[in-house]
Amino acid sequence: MPSPSAPAAAPALEVRQVSKVFGGGVAALDGASLTVERGETVVIVGESGSGKTTLLRLFNRLEVATSGEVLLGGEPVEASDPIALRRRVGYVQQEGGLLPHWTVERNVALVPELLGWGVERRRARTDELLELVGLPAATYGPRYPRQISGGQRQRVAFARAIAADPDVVLLDEPFGALDAITRFELQNEFLALKGRLGKTFLLVTHDLGEAFRLGDRIAVMRSGRVLQVARGDELERSPADGYVERLLEITSGAVAGARAAREGAPS
Amino acid sequence: MTRGVGRGRHARLHAAAGLAAGTATLALALLLASPVAAETLVVGSKNFEESRFLAELFAQAIESRDGLTVERRLGLAGTQFCFEALRTGAIDLYPEYTGTGLVSILGREPAGSAAATLTLVRREFLARFDLVWLAPLGFENSWELTVPQRLAEAKGLGSISDLARVAGRLRAGFDYEFIERPDGLPGLERTYGLRFGSVQGMQQALKYQALAGGRLDVIDAYTTDGRLLVHDLVVLDDDRGFFPPYEAAPLVRAGTLERHPGIAVTLALVAGALDGDVMRAANLRLQEHGEPEAAVARDVLRSLGIDGSDGEDTLATASGAGARGGGLDAAAILELTGEHLALSLGALAVGIAVAVPLGLLLERRRGSAEAIIRLIGTSQTIPSLALLGFLIPLLGVGVLPSLVALWLYSLFPILRATFSGVRDADPGAVEAATALGMTDGQVLRRVRLPLAVPAIMAGVRTAGVIIIGTATLAAFIGAGGLGEPIIAGVQLLDTRRILSGAIPAALLAIAVDAGLGALERALAPRGLRP
Repeated sequence: MPSPSAPAAAPALEVRQVSKVFGGGVAALDGASLTVERGETVVIVGESGSGKTTLLRLFNRLEVATSGEVLLGGEPVEASDPIALRRRVGYVQQEGGLLPHWTVERNVALVPELLGWGVERRRARTDELLELVGLPAATYGPRYPRQISGGQRQRVAFARAIAADPDVVLLDEPFGALDAITRFELQNEFLALKGRLGKTFLLVTHDLGEAFRLGDRIAVMRSGRVLQVARGDELERSPADGYVERLLEITSGAVAGARAAREGAPS
Repeated sequence: MTRGVGRGRHARLHAAAGLAAGTATLALALLLASPVAAETLVVGSKNFEESRFLAELFAQAIESRDGLTVERRLGLAGTQFCFEALRTGAIDLYPEYTGTGLVSILGREPAGSAAATLTLVRREFLARFDLVWLAPLGFENSWELTVPQRLAEAKGLGSISDLARVAGRLRAGFDYEFIERPDGLPGLERTYGLRFGSVQGMQQALKYQALAGGRLDVIDAYTTDGRLLVHDLVVLDDDRGFFPPYEAAPLVRAGTLERHPGIAVTLALVAGALDGDVMRAANLRLQEHGEPEAAVARDVLRSLGIDGSDGEDTLATASGAGARGGGLDAAAILELTGEHLALSLGALAVGIAVAVPLGLLLERRRGSAEAIIRLIGTSQTIPSLALLGFLIPLLGVGVLPSLVALWLYSLFPILRATFSGVRDADPGAVEAATALGMTDGQVLRRVRLPLAVPAIMAGVRTAGVIIIGTATLAAFIGAGGLGEPIIAGVQLLDTRRILSGAIPAALLAIAVDAGLGALERALAPRGLRP
C-alpha cells in the first residue's frame, strides 16, 4: 500500500542514479535510473553481470544501494521496516523457491500467515489463487512441491507472490529454468493474468524475445546502467546506441517470433 | 483430508524435543540415583585381579564387622587414577604397594629395606596428602625375572647376575610399564650391566604363552602371580637387591579413619595375614579358573576367622565386576548392557540438548562459528583415558565423570552436522522465505531447521555409535557397563569374557543406530521424502 503521504501520481517503482558496490569493489550498479508506472509491466533485459537482478532486489531490500534513491510508491524503501516492506511486495524467483517441506497450499498461504490472517480467510484465498493458476486446490493443495512438475511449481510460486494482494510483483527470471514448451505456456498465462490483476510487474530476463512478449516497456541494461527504456516498437525503430542496435540484430528472429506470438495470444 | 495450513509438523518437532528432554532427565535421574546411606564407604582398586581381590576383601570385612555400606569402585585405570580418586575424596581407601607409592607417586629413588620404605611413604603421604598407610598385609608383590626351568638348568641360572652373563643371546618380553619405569628395566640394566639380545613390550598374560611356546627366554613376573605355580619357571634371585620392596597395604584417607575408627581395627585383622603362598593360590583361582573375586575373598576371610559379607547384597552400585565378573550369565550381561545403554543414551540426550541449540545459535553468528566448532572438535582428540583422568579431581569417579566424558565426545559430530545442515539448507527456499518477509528467526525455525533434520540426525547417529563404543571406557572409572568384561577379559586373555562384553556392545551400537534411524524418519519433514 502506498502511504497516504505519497503523491497519488507517484510511480510504483523508481530508482534514481543508483549505485551498488559489493565487497571487493565490484560495481553491480553504476548510476542506474528507472521509473515504472502503476499497473505497468516493465521487463529488464541484459546479459549476465549487467546488474539487472541487483536492481530488482533493491525494491524489496534484498540488496541495499550504496548511493542514489530507491522509491516504492513514491517512498524511499529505507523508510519502512524491511520485514513489513517485503510482506507487501510480491516476489517470484527462478525455480520458484517453494519451501519443500510445506504443502502447496501452505506455500501459497505463506505471506497471509505471516500477516496473521485467520484460517478461513487464508483457505479461501488459497483456493481462489490455486484456481486462478489452474491448479485446483482439492487436487494440488495437499501435495508437496516435489510431487508436482517444474511448471506447476512456478505457477504455485506466482500464486504465492500475489497471495496478500501486493501492488507490486518482482519476478527474477521466473521462466528461466523451464523447458521451451512450458515456458511458452506460462508466458501466455502471465500475459492473460497481468491484464486481469492490474498490478505493477517488474520482470528480469536475459531473453529479449521474452521481453518483447511480456513487457509494456523494455529496459535494456549494460554494465550497471539502464541504456534505454522504451516500448518494443520504439526500441526497434530508434535504438539508443550501438549496443541496443546490435542486441536487436542478434536476436531479431526471437523478437519477430515474440511479436507474432503476442498478436496471437489471448488478452 | 487435512486442508489448510497444517501445524502438525511443528507440533511433532516440539513433541520430539520434549521427548528427548524427558528421556535425558529420566536417564540422568536413574544414573545419579544411588542408595543414599549416611554411612557409606567407597573402596577402590586398580584394574588387575590382585588389586580387585584385595579391595573386595577389605569391603567384605568392613561390611561384616563395621556394618557400613560399602560401595565398590573396582578396576580404576591404574595407579594414577586410584591415587587421584583417593586424594580428592572420590574413594576412601584402596590397596597400594609401598614401592609404587615411593617411586611412582612420590617420584623418589628406591630407599632400601621394606621397613625404611614403609616409614618413608607413611611420613610423606600423611604430611603431603593426609593419607594413611595401614599395616602391610604380609606379602610383597615385586617384579621378578623368570626363565623356563630347561633354560635355567642348561645355563646354570640362579640369579640375575648369572643372567647378565648370557643375556646378549636371550629374547626378553616385558610389561610396557616395566620397560619405562625407573624401578624397572632401565635401573636393572644399570645395576647388573644387563643387555638383552632383544626386548619386546608385551601384555602380562601373553608373555606366559610366548614363554611356554619357546618364543621368549625371559619375562618379568609379579611375585604373587598365580601362574608361577602352574608354569615350569625359575624365579631368579635379585642378588644385588635392586627391586624396591612392594609391600601391599591399605591406603586410607585420614578423615575416613577419624570418622570410622572401627575400620582400622578391622583392617588390622588382615594385617600380616596374607603371605605369598596365600596370594599366589588366590590369584590362581582368579586368573586361571576365572572365579569371582567375591567368592575368593569370602573363602580367604573365612580361613582367617572373619565372616565375609555376602557380597551379592552390595552389587547394586555401578561396580562389582568382582561379584559378577566370573560368571558370564545372561542376567549379569543384561545388567551391564542396561548400565551401558543408560549411560550412553543419557550422554547422547544431553549432547543433543546442548549441541543442536548451539548449532542454531552459530548459524546466526557465522563469523565465530568455525572457530568455536574447531575448538569443540579438539575435544575429540583428547585420549579418553586422559580425559577421565582430568575429570577425577573435578567429578570423582563413577557415573558422573563417565557421563561428562561421553557427552563431550558427542558434541562435535552433532554440532558440526547441525551447523552445516542449517547453513546449507535449500538456498532457494531460504531466499524465498526471506524475500517474502520472514524474520531471520522465522527463517531459522521454520525453514532452515526442518530442512536440516536429516543432516542433524546423521550427526546424532554418528555420535550415538561413537558413544556406545567409547562407553566401554566407563569401566576404567568404576561406572560399570560392558567395558567391565572386555577389560577383565583382555587382562586374563579370556576370549569368552571379552566377547561377552564386545558382542552386546556391537549389537547395542546397531540397535541404537537403527532406533535413531527410525526417529529420523519420524522427524524428517514429509515433503523431503521422495
